[in-house]
Amino acid sequence: MSQIFHPSSNTLSRVSIFGALFFLAALAFTADAVHRSAWVTGVDVAVEQPVPFSHKHHVQGLGLDCRYCHTSVEVAASAGMPSTKVCMTCHSQVWTESEMLLPVRESFRSDESLEWIRVHDLPDFVYFDHSVHVAKGVGCQSCHGNVNEMPLMWKENPLQMDWCLGCHRDPITNLRPAEFLFQTGSDVPEFDRATLEAIAHEKGVQSLTNCSICHR
Amino acid sequence: MKEPRGRFLDELVSDLHGEPPPRREVLKWMGASVGLAGVTGCTRQPVEPIVPWGAAPEATIPGKPRWFATTLPASGGSLGVLVESHDGRPTKIEGNPDHPTSRGAVDAVGQAAVLGLYDPDRSQVVNRAGQVSTWEAFETEWARLLEEQAARRGAGLRFLSPPLTSPTAADQVRRLRRKFPLARWHQYEAANRDHVRAGALAAFGADSQGLLRLDRASVVLALDSDFLVRGPGAVRHARDFAQRRRETLAQDEPLRLYAVESTPTLTGGRADHRLAVPPQHFESVARRLAAKLGVAGVDPGAVPELARAEAWLDAVVSDLQSHRGRALVTVGEEQSASVHTLVHRINKALGAVGQTLELIDPVDPDPVDQTRSLAELCEAMRSGSVEVLVISGANPVYDAPADLGFAEALEHVPTRIHHGLYDDETADRCHWHLPGTHVLEEWSDARAHDGTASLIQPLIAPLYGGRSLHELLALAAGDETTSGYEIVRDFWSRELPGAVTFDSRWREWLHAGVIPDTAFPTRNRTASDAPLEFAEAGPPAGLEVVFRTDPTIGDGRLANCAWLQELPKPLTLTTWDNTAWISAATAAELGIENGDELRLRAADAEATSAAWIVEGQPDGTITVHLGYGRRRAGSVGTGAGTDLYPLRTVDSPWLRTDVTVERTGERIAIACTQTHHSMEGRDIVRTQKVSELRAEDGHDAAHGEEAEGGHGSHHPDLLTPHEYDGHAWGMVIDIASCTGCSACVVACQSENNIPVVGKEEVLLGREMHWLRVDRYYEEQEGEQRVHHQPVPCMHCEQAPCEVVCPVAATTHSDEGLNEMTYNRCVGTRYCANNCPYKVRRFNFFQYADTRTESLALLANPDVTVRTRGVMEKCTYCVQRINQARIEAKREGREVREGEVVTACQATCPAQAISFGDLNDPDSAVSRARRDARNYGLLEELNTKPRTTYLTQVTNPNEELGAS
Repeated sequence: MSQIFHPSSNTLSRVSIFGALFFLAALAFTADAVHRSAWVTGVDVAVEQPVPFSHKHHVQGLGLDCRYCHTSVEVAASAGMPSTKVCMTCHSQVWTESEMLLPVRESFRSDESLEWIRVHDLPDFVYFDHSVHVAKGVGCQSCHGNVNEMPLMWKENPLQMDWCLGCHRDPITNLRPAEFLFQTGSDVPEFDRATLEAIAHEKGVQSLTNCSICHR
Repeated sequence: MKEPRGRFLDELVSDLHGEPPPRREVLKWMGASVGLAGVTGCTRQPVEPIVPWGAAPEATIPGKPRWFATTLPASGGSLGVLVESHDGRPTKIEGNPDHPTSRGAVDAVGQAAVLGLYDPDRSQVVNRAGQVSTWEAFETEWARLLEEQAARRGAGLRFLSPPLTSPTAADQVRRLRRKFPLARWHQYEAANRDHVRAGALAAFGADSQGLLRLDRASVVLALDSDFLVRGPGAVRHARDFAQRRRETLAQDEPLRLYAVESTPTLTGGRADHRLAVPPQHFESVARRLAAKLGVAGVDPGAVPELARAEAWLDAVVSDLQSHRGRALVTVGEEQSASVHTLVHRINKALGAVGQTLELIDPVDPDPVDQTRSLAELCEAMRSGSVEVLVISGANPVYDAPADLGFAEALEHVPTRIHHGLYDDETADRCHWHLPGTHVLEEWSDARAHDGTASLIQPLIAPLYGGRSLHELLALAAGDETTSGYEIVRDFWSRELPGAVTFDSRWREWLHAGVIPDTAFPTRNRTASDAPLEFAEAGPPAGLEVVFRTDPTIGDGRLANCAWLQELPKPLTLTTWDNTAWISAATAAELGIENGDELRLRAADAEATSAAWIVEGQPDGTITVHLGYGRRRAGSVGTGAGTDLYPLRTVDSPWLRTDVTVERTGERIAIACTQTHHSMEGRDIVRTQKVSELRAEDGHDAAHGEEAEGGHGSHHPDLLTPHEYDGHAWGMVIDIASCTGCSACVVACQSENNIPVVGKEEVLLGREMHWLRVDRYYEEQEGEQRVHHQPVPCMHCEQAPCEVVCPVAATTHSDEGLNEMTYNRCVGTRYCANNCPYKVRRFNFFQYADTRTESLALLANPDVTVRTRGVMEKCTYCVQRINQARIEAKREGREVREGEVVTACQATCPAQAISFGDLNDPDSAVSRARRDARNYGLLEELNTKPRTTYLTQVTNPNEELGAS
C-alpha cells in the first residue's frame, strides 16, 4: 500500500503550524500597532477648528497665562473653555475687522456658542479632574505638551490608559515647582530628583492606581 | 443541515424556542458573535464638540453642581429640599436641614420628583377638543368667558383643585372671589383629612392639626396610624422617633410603641406590641380604651369578640397612665371622625396636650370638607348651574368616589378646562387641556407640618411651556401681573412687611429655603366632654374591605413614575401592581392563593384585584389599594394594576362592609422581589430586648470588638489580610431605627443612574436596585415581628466576587472598596453567582434609556451610565468619596469625618445609616462598630463585610410578655 501523504506533507504541516502561529502573532502585533498609531490616538495630528485659534500666538507671542481663558483649572474637574465674551475682551479692540474672527463676532452678537472640536477627549467612563492634578504639582505641559509652540492644537500624548498609569504609578517625575505649573515650552528647566521629592513630600503626592480613582 | 440563505436573526431566535437548536448552528452564531464583538472594539472615538457659553452667567463653573433650596408641597405639610443642579438641569434631591419637616431627609416620593420632571409622557401642548392649540387661543377664549361671567358675578364659574397648599394661591383665590363673588373654589383629593377635620371640629369646635412631639414621648399608641411613614410630617416623625428611641435605650424608660391596626403598616411593624383588629371592632376598641383611661361621656360598650384583647388593652392603658405627660395616642386619617374626637379626649386625659402633642391651626391655607365640597360641585353640575369649570391638578374622573358619578355630572358643564401635568382621564373629558408646570419649574410657596412657610423656586424653565397654578389664576382673574415670580414675591412683600428691605430678606429666604419664624403658634384648645354618639354598626354582610392608598404611588397621581412603580412596596415587596391583602387563615378558608384574581362585588359596583397573603392582616378583612388601574396615566402607569375607586363611596371612603369576594379563576403574575418570609433559622436579623442590652453593657462589646486582620473579623483566616493605611470606608445600618420606608432605595437609584427594568424583567428577578430592603417575619414570644433590613453591597474585605472575575473588572481598593469597573466587565456573571449577599445586578438588556431626550437630562454626570452586558452594584457612592478626596487634597488636608455622605445615608429619615472611615476611631461609624449590637450579615462566611448592622431592639412590656 502506498503512502497516503506525500513526503512534502511533513514540510507543509510544519509550515502551516508555525505559519499559523506567526500569522496570529503578526495579527496581534498589527492590531496593537494600529491601536497605538496616530490614526487611533490622534497624537501629533493638528485639528482644524471653526476659528484657527493659535495657542502659539497667544501664549508664546502675547504671553497670556493658561488661566486667563481656562479659568476653572484650579477649582474644578473641567479646565473650562472660555466663553465668547472672553475672546471679545481683546477682540472688541484688536483685529475687529478680521475675516478669521467672523464666527467669534457672530457668536458674540447672537449669543450662540462657538463649537470647537475637542482635541483631548477621554472616554465617557473616565473621570479626570484638572484641579487636583494642578494642586498636586502636575503642570499643564505634562499632558498637553508644548502648547506654546502649537499654532493649531494637537495631542502630544495618546491619553490611553497605560499612559495615564505610567504617571499614576510613579508621579514624581511629572511634578514641578508652583511657579512653572502654567509654563509650557522647551525652556522649562529639568528639575533634579531632590527638588521633585521635596515637592512630592510637601504636597503629599501619592501613587493612586485603584480603578475607582478614574472609573466610577 | 443546509440553511436557506437570507434568514433573519429573529426567525432563528424563534426557532430556538421550539426544537433544541442544532449544535453546529449554535457554534456558528457563537463564532459570529465573538467575531462581531471583536470588530466593535475597533471603533475610533467619535469627534465631540466643546460648546462653551456665549456669555457665561456669573459664578458658573462647568461641571460643578450648584444647590438650590425649594419645597415639595403636600397637603398638611410640605417637605423642604435642596436640589442639585448640574449645568442647569436638576438631577438629585436632598433634604433641607433647615426645614422643620425634612431636617435633611427626604422620603421616597420626594426623591422621585426629578423623574417626574423629565417624564416624557407629560403633556406638552395646549389641547382643545383633541386638537393642538396654543395659550394665545385659550387666552382669547377665556377673555370671552370671563366677560360673560363678570356680568353674572361669576355665578357659573367653578374651580376644582386638590387642597391648596400655597398661601399665595389661597390669597389669589380670595381676590378672585372678590371679583367674582358667586364663583366657587372646590378642593378634593382622594386621601384627604376630612375625618381629621371633622374630629377636631367635634372636639374643639375648631379645625386643628396635631403636632406630634415624639422627642418628648415615652409611650406612644398608634391607632391605625402610619405616622412614621405617611401623612404630614412623617419624615420628621421618623427622625424624632428613631432619635428618641436611640437616646432612651440606655435610660430607664426607653420609648415604647403600641399599635392597634385594621391593616398592617410599617409603623405597626416598628411597634413593640401590635394588635390586629378587624375594622368593624375598631371603634369599640377605641371606646373601651377611652373608658379605661377615664374619658368622660364614653359608653365602653361590650364586644364579646374582643375578649382576648381585654388584657392587652389593660396593659397598654396602665402603661399609658403611668407615663402621664409623656404618653401619646395618634390616629390615622382613615379612621372615622368619632375616633378622632375620642383620641383628642384621650390625649387630654393623658395630659398629652401641650407635652407630647401640640395643637396648631391646619397648615393648609383654606381647609374644607373635601368630600362635601366635591359632592356640592357634582350637584351643581347636574343642576346645570356650572357653566365654566376649571380643574387644576385634580383627576376626579379617575379618583372621585364612585357614587358621586362625577364623570357623568361633568358632561353637563358647557365649558370644561383641565390644567395639569398630564393629559389624564379628566383631561380626556374636558374641552381644553392646558399643560401645567412641575414643582421644579415653578415659583410658589408652601407650609411645613408645623406651619413654617417656605418658598418654591424653579430649577429649570418650564420644559413644555406649561404655566403654574398662580399664572393660571392670574389669567383667570384677568390680573395684569401674570409672572409666577412676581405673584409670589408680591404676596410675601405684603404678608411680611418689615423694616429691612424686602429684597435682602427675600434673597435670604430663597437661599435658606424657609421663611424664619413663621411656624404656627400652639393653640390652647381643650376637647369638650359632651357625650359622644357612635353609630352602631351591624355585623358586615360579607368580608370587610379596607381601602388604602398605594404604599408607593399613593392615590394614583404618581402612577407614571417608574421609580415608584418598581420600588418594592415595603411590606409585600411587590412591584408594578396593587394587591388585595388577605390573612393566611381567610385565604385558606376561601381557597385563595397569592396572585388569584378576586372579584369584589357590591350592590352598585364591582372591581378586581390580585390577592396577596399578608402577615398581620386581621381575619375576614381585605385591604385593597387605590391608585392603580389608570386608563390615561402615560406609557408607564396606564394599564398597571386594577382600579378600586369604583367601590369607594362618599359615606365611608375607607371601608366597605357589603362586599362579596370570589375568585375569577384568573391568575395575575405579581412581580415580587422577595417571596420568602422567614430567615430559615439563620442569623440574618438579630433581635435583642432592651433588658438584654443592659445586661451586656457591663462586659463591653463581645462581637463589636475589632479583631486583628481586618475590620470586625474574629474567625481564623487562610487568606492574606489586606492592609489599609489611609481611609477604610465602612457602613453601619441600625436595623432598630429602620422603618422600611425605602427612601434610600430611590435615593440610590437617583444618585447612581440606576435604570428600571419593567414588570416582566422583575418577574425574572432582574431588578437593578443596588440597595434593596429585605423584609422578614419572625415570631417572638407570641408577638409577630416584621424586620426591615437594607442590603447594599457589603464591600467584603475577603470578597468572593473578586477572586472569580476572569478580567479583573471587580477589584479591591486600598480603602477597602470592592470596586466595579464597567469598562472592563465582559459579563460572565461569575461574580454575581459567587456573591453570598446577592447584591450584584446585571444588565441583561440595554435597560438604561439613553435615547429619550428628556431622560438624558436626568442622569447624574458623575456616574457612568451602564450599557447592556455589564455587572453593576453599590459603590458606596464612590463618586462622592472621590469628590471629597479631591476637595480635601486641593486644600491640602485629610478628608474630614462627615464629609462623605452616601445617597442612602443622606436621605434616611430615621438616620439609620452611618458611613465613614473605620481607621478613624472617633468617627461615627467606628463608634457604631464598637457598639455591642454590631454584627455582620452572614459573617460566619468570613467575608469580613465592611457593611455591618446594629441589632433590632424590642422593648416589650413585661405585663404582655408571652401572652
